[in-house]
Amino acid sequence: MKRLFPILSILTVILLAYALYEALVVAPTDALQGDVYRIIYYHVPSAWTAFLLFFINFVASIQYLVRAKRSTELAAKWIVIAIGVVGVIATFIPAVQHSLPTGMRPSAVATTVLLIAIFYFLIGRWFAGDKLDMLAVTSAEVGVVFCTIVLVTGPLWARPVWGIWWAPGDIRLTSTLVLWLIYVSYLVLRRFSNSAQTQMLAAALAVFGALDVPLVYFSIWFFRTQHPQPVIGGGGSMDPRMLHVLLISWLAFLCFAFLVCWSRFRLESLHREVEQAHAMEALVGAGASKTSLPLSRSSQ
Amino acid sequence: MNSLWSLTLATLVKDIRLEWRSKDALNAMLFFSLQVVVIFVFSFDPLAEESRHIVGGLVWVAFLFAAVVALNQTWARELRNQVLDAYRVSPAPANALFLAKALGNFLFVVVLQALMVPLFVVFYNLRALGPGWQLIPVAGLGTWALVVNGTFFAAMSLRTRSREIMLPLLLFPISIPAVIAMVAGTTAILTGENSAHFYIVLLLTYDVVFTTACLALFETILHAE
Repeated sequence: MKRLFPILSILTVILLAYALYEALVVAPTDALQGDVYRIIYYHVPSAWTAFLLFFINFVASIQYLVRAKRSTELAAKWIVIAIGVVGVIATFIPAVQHSLPTGMRPSAVATTVLLIAIFYFLIGRWFAGDKLDMLAVTSAEVGVVFCTIVLVTGPLWARPVWGIWWAPGDIRLTSTLVLWLIYVSYLVLRRFSNSAQTQMLAAALAVFGALDVPLVYFSIWFFRTQHPQPVIGGGGSMDPRMLHVLLISWLAFLCFAFLVCWSRFRLESLHREVEQAHAMEALVGAGASKTSLPLSRSSQ
Repeated sequence: MNSLWSLTLATLVKDIRLEWRSKDALNAMLFFSLQVVVIFVFSFDPLAEESRHIVGGLVWVAFLFAAVVALNQTWARELRNQVLDAYRVSPAPANALFLAKALGNFLFVVVLQALMVPLFVVFYNLRALGPGWQLIPVAGLGTWALVVNGTFFAAMSLRTRSREIMLPLLLFPISIPAVIAMVAGTTAILTGENSAHFYIVLLLTYDVVFTTACLALFETILHAE
């Protein structure tokens, strides 16, 4: 594992450099916007990465909450299975197919629903107990960083193209901003809370935040939108060469996010070990601590 | 189920009686929102036509801030003499406590609104151009939306340092859709330009979703150790 980290870091650096080269040199210039549009290769991959991380946070928080009791864990398991099955079957019903927004293919929706269900079980399998909470805090922190990038690059791009920095009431802008606010409040709660109960409270807040996002989206349904349709799964269209660069960029960002999350996760786990050791030391007393402290991990 | 309602009622009556004798929360809220209104009157000096467009926002901002004042005091009473700890070890359902607190707060904020709305009407020369009776469902559902989450987050922020600051930090981001719906709904009714039905349905959805979530998670929050 330890050898993997530097290798992956080097690969990520190369990939990021390659993505930057592709974005600035190889990708064709936009017919309407000129070179300004090239910020898309930072804006959109950051957004996708941030949403993915927030989703991971949501799943980890749910898992953490339901694991408190055996009965809720079973119930949650069956609910997720039901969502997966119903979601896949529903996309084959013509009435549902017609109600999907234009450009959204039923097969893509079915795959997404299935992936979400599988993802839930994978997270539950790979992470257990305290590790779920560590995953939640890691993904929330890194997600907030990427979301900040989105919120900074967005206005920078909007100013020359739309003529305004920010479109108040825009559906995508507002929901991203609210998402950012919710997760910042999540991090503030973690910072301000006493250590013993933080994890439960934070998990509950994450669930509330996830419930809030669709409502934010619907609350501004009638407001005009200025943001273009999503490139993938929406009605937007894009030059395949641009899409190719965009996907390379996203891959680079994903690798980068994964690396940051990995080191943040390790930091968090070390931090907790140290805390436990201190607590143990306080309990057992200085004399007995020499043998029982698990602080000597670094020499292994 | 029976015990849930009787316990809810008992706690609610106790809270109302305490509030009736001390009038702590109500006085604080009333004076606070009165000041907010006065400051708004000085800051904005609109014509009657303009005020229809902005007063929805002003009213709800005033009530939102006033509600936070009341919500912060919700659980403070129970911390004294370890009443909350006694609740925790008692076999009473946790949700009875939550419902009583939420209903009590709802009642206080509604009383506040009943007293403050005439002031807004006087200061801003308001007259609804749309169907005015729809303001009642918007106000009722909107207040419940603020209060149910506020009660929950107040219980959550009990476990944190500087809890008075924590409550608005947690409550406001989650309340944004409800606030949008309340403000847009009120504006739609006052100006009569479009229908407020969509916003009433949205508020109803918000209330159902978050009341369910609060009831499902409150026990976990109360017993989180």
